[in-house]
Amino acid sequence: MPDADDVAPSTPAVLLRAAGKTFNPGRPSAVTALTDIELTIAPGEFVSLIGPSGCGKSTLMRLVADLEQPTEGTVEVFGKTPHQARLDQDYGIAFQHAGLLPWRTVQANVELPLELHGIGRADRRARAGELLAMVGLAEFGGHRPDQLSGGMQQRVAIARALAERPRLLLMDEPFGALDEMTRERMQAELVALCQQTGCAVIFVTHSIPEAVYLSHRVAVMSPRPGRISHLIGVDLAERNEDLREDPGFFAAVTAVREALRGHDVQLPPRGVEVR
Amino acid sequence: MGVLALVLAALAWEGYKLVGSDDGWSAFGVRLLPRADDVSMPHLWQVAQRFGEPELSAAGSSSVLVAVLQAAWFSFRLSLLGWLVGGVIGMLLAVLMQRFRTAQDALLPYVVVSQTVPLVALAPLVVGWGGHLAVFGRPWQPWMSVAAISAYLAFFPVSVGMLRGLESLPATQLGLMHCYAASWWQTLLRLRLPASVGYLVPALRLAAAASVIGAIVAEISTGTRGGIGRLIIEYAQSATGDPAKPWTAIIGAAGLGLAVAGLVGLLDLALHRYHPSAGR
Repeated sequence: MPDADDVAPSTPAVLLRAAGKTFNPGRPSAVTALTDIELTIAPGEFVSLIGPSGCGKSTLMRLVADLEQPTEGTVEVFGKTPHQARLDQDYGIAFQHAGLLPWRTVQANVELPLELHGIGRADRRARAGELLAMVGLAEFGGHRPDQLSGGMQQRVAIARALAERPRLLLMDEPFGALDEMTRERMQAELVALCQQTGCAVIFVTHSIPEAVYLSHRVAVMSPRPGRISHLIGVDLAERNEDLREDPGFFAAVTAVREALRGHDVQLPPRGVEVR
Repeated sequence: MGVLALVLAALAWEGYKLVGSDDGWSAFGVRLLPRADDVSMPHLWQVAQRFGEPELSAAGSSSVLVAVLQAAWFSFRLSLLGWLVGGVIGMLLAVLMQRFRTAQDALLPYVVVSQTVPLVALAPLVVGWGGHLAVFGRPWQPWMSVAAISAYLAFFPVSVGMLRGLESLPATQLGLMHCYAASWWQTLLRLRLPASVGYLVPALRLAAAASVIGAIVAEISTGTRGGIGRLIIEYAQSATGDPAKPWTAIIGAAGLGLAVAGLVGLLDLALHRYHPSAGR
């Protein structure tokens, strides 16, 4: 695992240049999922992708994860191809479904990526214990995943995504299946985790308040073909529960909502900047 | 529950003997209900009694119970061998077919066709081929033909069931293994194999039943001595003079099937934590 020092500070965490993705190219069933994507994410930056179903936000994340290959343009992760970044385990990933292996304990699930990459048993155990403590599940290491609630399972999935100390976290609607209360608590925990680890994050979501609460920038996407229509900078005070009541927060929510409706975004009085 | 089912079956048998006509019941010249006379359907206690009596009228003959148990033990070992060999071959085929799409396209039709060949037609061929083979320097034995035919029936449900298990994985779990840059081998060991257990155990149960049927039919059609299949044929010949005797062999064969099914039940318990509903 390369250290953060390997990469010059100016190297972006993620760089997409004129990137596009067409499924079944050259056939009558061809679908252009993404076109002309330009996006640069700095190390430690939190960027949400938001848009209606079918706008290609998950596909965009999957290009970065090397789960799909771009058909146009280039994608770079820490200056490397996504393929190399995947082999080097430069990113951690979490999906809407926690995807825990039901026959393994919670602890063994967190250890899975470490185990696959040949980390010794004692080190694995220590690291998994540390991660479970970080997500508040220290006492649940010996439980089976189906003994945990949906929110707890998702915490385990996030702990697992952080196992290799990645500098980039890819999250595809990880809180999509959770109830509103759990969701808000998980958002606050995620903000704390990101501050603790200094991870850059690509976060796919359907929820406007969620995107605004979490992100430094919100990429608003429009469908057919999928493209980034607006990049909205969210420059808010410290992210805590009070922020959800803050006028600046509402202004940003409004700006994202307007952008989603396809309106030109009015520059709000403070705290939000449209680039 | 198993005991209750047995009691109900026994009541149905004796109940039918009570109300059924000795000549059965026919409509338009076709007999629709079986004869209920003592030759066709001996009383259960007569069958039970027969177990304790000597097998043959000759002096020093052992009891029917001993003969049936010996024959069932012989067939049990062959079924078990057939089940194990068939199970291993079935699992290897499933893994091969999962790994290589071409192998699946090439093999799967033949795997299905293999089961449409009548066993009775196959048995003499196996014996014939076996005559030219030697296993570890020892000549082919008749019991090897029986085990081979038993394995031939047993591998089918295992290969088809396990292939399904290996391929039916949630997209999230497969995506994760891809993101971890896990090799095919790592994915097989850590994800596909454990996830396939829920499909494998029912397949092994079917294979167990198939291996018992395979062994019994193979004994009969290859003329192998010593097993329960042969005993069923031998005892059936005395049906008119000794009506309870054939039923002892049939009960022995049913017991054999239960014993093999019981073994799979133990395996199921051992693999319980891999079952999809484990812990719920």
